Amino acid sequence: MSDTAAGQAAPSTVEVTINGVAVDAQPGELVIAAAERAGVHIPRFCYHERMSSVGMCRMCLVEIDTGRGPQLQASCMVPVSPQMVVDTASERTQRAQEGVLELLLINHPLDCPVCDKGGECPLQDQTMAYGPGESRFVEEKRHFEKPIPISELVHLDRERCILCDRCTRFADEIAGDPLIDFTERGNETQVLTFPGEPFSSYFSGNTVQICPVGALTAAPYRFKARPWDLVETESTCTTCSVGCRIAVQSSRNELVRYLGVDIDPVNHGWLCDKGRFAFGSVASPNRVTTPLQARVPSGTTSDLSDDEPLRRFQPTDWANALGAVAAAIRAARPGAIAVLGGARGTNEDAYAWSKLARTVLRTDHVDAQLSDGLPAELAVGLPAATIDEACSADTTLLVCGDLREELPVLHLRLRGAARAGTTRLVEIAPTTTGLTRNAVRAEQCRGGEAASVLRNLLDGDDPLAGELASGSVVVVLGRSSVSESAEATAEVASVISARVPHARFLVAARRGNVRGALDMGLAPGMLPGRALSASPPPELASAWGELPGERGHDATGILTAAASGEIDVLFLLGADPLTDFPDSMLARLGVSGAGTVVAVDSFVSQSVAEADIVLPAAVFGEKSGTTTNLEGRVSAVGELVTAPGSARPDWMIAAELAVLCGLDLGFVSVEEITAEIAAVCTTHAGAIGPELAADGVVASGAAFEPEFPPEHVAPARDAYGLRLVCSRKLYDGGVTVSQAPALASLAADTVLRVHPVDLERVGVESGTEVEVHSDRGALRLPIVADAGIARGNVVVLFPSPHIDVGALIDATAPVTDVRIETRGGEAPR
Amino acid sequence: MTFFTEENRTLAHEIIGRYPKRRSAMIPLLHVAQAQAGWVTEEAMVEIAELVDTTPAEVLGTCSFYEMFKREPVGKFLVNICATMSCALAGAAELMEHAEERLGVRAGGTTPDGLFTLASAECQAACTEAPCLQVNYRYRYRVDADGFDQLVDDLAAGALDDEIPPHGVTARVRQHIPAGRAVGAVPPEAVAEEPVWLAVADGVSSGGAS
Repeated sequence: MSDTAAGQAAPSTVEVTINGVAVDAQPGELVIAAAERAGVHIPRFCYHERMSSVGMCRMCLVEIDTGRGPQLQASCMVPVSPQMVVDTASERTQRAQEGVLELLLINHPLDCPVCDKGGECPLQDQTMAYGPGESRFVEEKRHFEKPIPISELVHLDRERCILCDRCTRFADEIAGDPLIDFTERGNETQVLTFPGEPFSSYFSGNTVQICPVGALTAAPYRFKARPWDLVETESTCTTCSVGCRIAVQSSRNELVRYLGVDIDPVNHGWLCDKGRFAFGSVASPNRVTTPLQARVPSGTTSDLSDDEPLRRFQPTDWANALGAVAAAIRAARPGAIAVLGGARGTNEDAYAWSKLARTVLRTDHVDAQLSDGLPAELAVGLPAATIDEACSADTTLLVCGDLREELPVLHLRLRGAARAGTTRLVEIAPTTTGLTRNAVRAEQCRGGEAASVLRNLLDGDDPLAGELASGSVVVVLGRSSVSESAEATAEVASVISARVPHARFLVAARRGNVRGALDMGLAPGMLPGRALSASPPPELASAWGELPGERGHDATGILTAAASGEIDVLFLLGADPLTDFPDSMLARLGVSGAGTVVAVDSFVSQSVAEADIVLPAAVFGEKSGTTTNLEGRVSAVGELVTAPGSARPDWMIAAELAVLCGLDLGFVSVEEITAEIAAVCTTHAGAIGPELAADGVVASGAAFEPEFPPEHVAPARDAYGLRLVCSRKLYDGGVTVSQAPALASLAADTVLRVHPVDLERVGVESGTEVEVHSDRGALRLPIVADAGIARGNVVVLFPSPHIDVGALIDATAPVTDVRIETRGGEAPR
Repeated sequence: MTFFTEENRTLAHEIIGRYPKRRSAMIPLLHVAQAQAGWVTEEAMVEIAELVDTTPAEVLGTCSFYEMFKREPVGKFLVNICATMSCALAGAAELMEHAEERLGVRAGGTTPDGLFTLASAECQAACTEAPCLQVNYRYRYRVDADGFDQLVDDLAAGALDDEIPPHGVTARVRQHIPAGRAVGAVPPEAVAEEPVWLAVADGVSSGGAS
């Protein structure tokens, strides 16, 4: 509006006076925020620093003088201006606050004694601090049906609502799921969903956390505890690899609630509902609480029904179980021991098992991934970008699965960045995703062909090539489907790094601490500290001594070797290959072909049910240490509750096994392992220690340059077939969902989804059950039309509850082509 | 897509095309929906949400804000009797009582034949003509008991159909702007610093003091 700024540089700060004290505020900063930074708290209900201001509640009225005399203004709506004088404690301000609270309480039921929010309620607290003490209103309050479920997870009590617009704003602005809105008007205004359309957002739990009254309550926490009875520790969520900062709260030694903690670099205070409500699995009655030994050998379970996997086992004690494991280790042929998994634990767990495998078990057959990620050298070695960098790059290229389903809070961050215009999203995917509508450009491709699409774009005269060449580029790279080989995704990295050498990568690994496990060397040919075994760093070589010479097998190799009887002892470290390994036939052959299967796990998963010895593991919330998110950020996880029975952390099991094998890993506490990691991993030297801040620290880059696989052209598609794409859903067939009471019922249905034109070619109505055949096997599933699927693809959920989608997948094939048959008859086996 | 008739769906797309953002067409489409069914059904809201690329909840939020979008069936004729000051002084309460008796429903109700919905309304800005009422928002002035009976008879007989269309119909003749003459709207992101309708002289800002 003004051209006065033309001649002079804009001032970097704005001087304002708040309660008589001069404060340097940022230009454009809101008065409420400037005051907050200066240590002056202005009461508020609707204002939230991560959302736009709306001035709904009027609680933040303060006297602001901009030269025309003091006026009562909403400090969440007024940006600072030079020489502004603010008084947050004047008599007029106080009268205004009293008046606003009296108005807000007109219809509030004051049922604090039975309200979950009581004790931590901003309305309660601010009424005590700023309220008038009594009300002049004697009229009847408005009444609504007491809490109505607006989704499976969230209940709404409209009587308590003060219409601050926080939840509705969050649903619209942040989550992008405007499924709740103000309806009616005037005295009837209320938040509601559309009839029959519940608030089934993946982020609905955040509205409960930011609700300044008890209007929104979370079904899993309702009437569970009182805030003043809660014990709390700050931790880092390990449900997926985003690593959101959380406050873990327990009551009577049971986890009852997770709250998002606002840290700038990662989650901005938000959580997804899976992370927030997954704690139910920790106290699940199905936990393994004592070591188990199989009464009958694996593979002979025919006389036992599926729903009673525990009947195969008899409980034993740790001495017996570990003795049996040690005996199996001693009896194993050299190089015939393998470790699968390790992505579920802490960095310390991963380090201990990595050290146990290399120095005691003398094996390099270790893999924390189940052929569902990138090759470890690339995952660790690609030039890394942080989430913040992905949110501020000139172009962020998405070549990964649907982030809303896989890494929900990363989805929120990127969505927010795209909306704010701080980055441009370009997507290449086999389906539309949660971010498609926020992308400036979305290219669809057939499964496994992202690399060739990208190559055509970058080598042709497409403007994208110029855009990528001239600006900063972050590539969010992940497996968009496990039915195509990891090489298909690795090839994307090759294509980009050859043409856009300054591009950096954010590897969209899924599993909680998979990045930490890889960083700790739980992959063949890798060592702790993001190093290759081929050139061990001197610190590590001196600490670990001689290392296994040959490079070991990855997960596919381990299972293949086990299937042919070459593995005598197979450790499953929280791994469930029968569910999670893409090729379920190979997984089954591998697990049954291994000599002794030792499962270190907290649940009897499909694979654990086939084990010979089960060692109960402590889980998140029951152990401390550090974890590493997909950026390589190391942050602390806290211990709050006691593990059930005699379950113990993975690292402790490793240490005891080492002792039984006659060697000492050299640590007896988590702190000692953390110290050892800091000592032997130059990448982590400054990153981890007892005083890790909430933000965590991004460990430094890999000690090697990754070798990019050669580019190759994807195989031609069988003209009669469709390309199988295994997409992920947030609520899938995994243990986290199935064992958490709040989430179990939300698991997605397993259907085949194809483009409507492809469905027409199949020649059946949407919803018809069809047979899908691959080279490997066949399944009978309903098929439905979905315009979001690229032509030529057929999309199915993986892992699926109760459906063995992996039966269609061959781990050695680059892609999985399938054909749909519509003839009736018996379901194929 | 099951609610809109073929003709109205074409109209909906034409209306959507007038705006740089699809969502802006929400209220015009609610009018089309109300014109088609006489009230705004849930199916209509779901379909409008799909058409303007938002959620049904947002359509409900907008729709329910406006009193004149009816979310329950109303009769062919919505009779709003003013109950505010001037009309009240001039006998609106008596008129309402008579209307209730004549139609056999209480204020707010609809006659079983689906012809009339009787409602009490706030000031209709015709105080000099009190007591007044509106039938589908068409005025009737200085209405007494006999006048009301006559009105009801005429409406029921279809004698006023030319003047008073069924509830929900906003206009019988719809203006269509030929594509060649449409000015089109400037999308907000294309708007420069100044509002587009303000001329900006060289170096001098037209907006506000500097």
